Amino acid sequence: MGVRRRSGAFILQVNPILCDGFGHCAELAPELVKTDEWGYPILKSDPVPLADAGTYESARYAERGCPRQALHIHRISEKKPH
Amino acid sequence: MIDPHSLPRLMHATSERPLTLAQHETAFASTSPVTSLLEELEASGLTGRGGAGFPTGRKARLLREQRGHNKFMVVNAMEGEPASHKDQTLLSANPHLVLDGAEYLASIIGANNIAVCVARDNPSVVNHMTRALHERTRRSLRGPKLELHTPPWRYVAGEESALVHWLDDNESLPQYRPNRPHILKIGHGPALVDNAETCANVGLIGRFGAQWYRSLGTADNPGSTLVSVTGAVGHPTVVEVELGTPLRAILDTAGADPDPQAVLLGGYGGSWLSASHLDAPYDNEALKPFGVSTGAGVIVVLPKNACGIVETQRVVRWMANESARQCGPCAFGLPALAEDLTHIAHPSRDPQGARQRLIERCAVIEGRGACRHPDGVIRFVRSALDVFAADFTEHVHGSVCNGSRSTKHFASVPSLEREEELVWE
Repeated sequence: MGVRRRSGAFILQVNPILCDGFGHCAELAPELVKTDEWGYPILKSDPVPLADAGTYESARYAERGCPRQALHIHRISEKKPH
Repeated sequence: MIDPHSLPRLMHATSERPLTLAQHETAFASTSPVTSLLEELEASGLTGRGGAGFPTGRKARLLREQRGHNKFMVVNAMEGEPASHKDQTLLSANPHLVLDGAEYLASIIGANNIAVCVARDNPSVVNHMTRALHERTRRSLRGPKLELHTPPWRYVAGEESALVHWLDDNESLPQYRPNRPHILKIGHGPALVDNAETCANVGLIGRFGAQWYRSLGTADNPGSTLVSVTGAVGHPTVVEVELGTPLRAILDTAGADPDPQAVLLGGYGGSWLSASHLDAPYDNEALKPFGVSTGAGVIVVLPKNACGIVETQRVVRWMANESARQCGPCAFGLPALAEDLTHIAHPSRDPQGARQRLIERCAVIEGRGACRHPDGVIRFVRSALDVFAADFTEHVHGSVCNGSRSTKHFASVPSLEREEELVWE
């Protein structure tokens, strides 16, 4: 796992229909999530490299900790040149 | 064969009553029907007329490549825009042209169901459609199964994922689609959703071919389109124009105010366009530099004596009320935008702060809904901030224009039947 994770990047995505603004994600992954004035998450939109293990870890905490299961980690694998 | 260089095309041979199937077949008789439909459709360069302007040929090819033995062709005649009347006009003039196009598209993608969706709040169109479908099934039971569906009329109910959600599960709510292009499905069957006017254009291409179709319009946006002109006009009209016609000529044809302050293009998720750009041709390519698109073919004419901010505020308030309230940023953000606009339109306390909040909230809400409803409202608000910049400054500094005290309004907004829900908590 550790080896495979070092290439590529990820984004944290939210399903806005499921999201009810509990705000757990903003506490679990403050480097990726901010909240707006109504308590709904604003996610960092540019991909974070998977090599950044600390951020990935907190993204996983946020994904697991969401009471509505509205978050998911979208992995972007690097295209290997043929 | 209809003369390729003449208008009307879509509204050819129409009278007060909708054309019967026999009348339609004689009026649109073709000597050489098209054989390779998809190639012709792609060569015609037809773009969707529902608002997004996506190339219809590419969409059809995408659906054709999908696996599935129970595909659906959905004709979207919901017409959520209150200022738009084109689909209803088209369906009450020549429903069979739309159904022709739907059958062509169904044969391209291999669909065995055609669902025609008309809002139930419009009984005359529902009646015309019922009759037209009956005529078709009486002629022949072969081919895809035709069905009429009547979802309730809501702004977001005409959004394609909401429409498919209705057909699938009787809920007119938009769906979450993170990865695009997303193939919408009814049950397990992939569904192709096209606007009624797009289908009518496909009907023309299927009969006369891409060459014929391209003889009107520009190279990038060929063909003709239906435009609903409302606001400061003698009476609201739907006119068929060639794409690329100057906007001013369209306004003249519709009998609109010759010297307006601004026009609203595209619909209530569209943009305002200042009157100084009225000589621009009416097609997406030419309007792109102004940040405007033809959208759903709506033009609302705003005269000089009206207040653009009040009109914007009324529209945004209605759009906020029409939110499906599924996503927090839309359910809470749009009413907040409407409130800020009210504070600016009728300055009570701190209008300057309200304008600042409005700009900030636009940036916060953008792109955070499941559908494009909030994004449309934000485009609308931003274009108002741009086009009526001088008015905003005056309002903010407390000198309200005369137009904002008038009770006559130009952007038609249905009454807010659920207004109490705007305060949602």
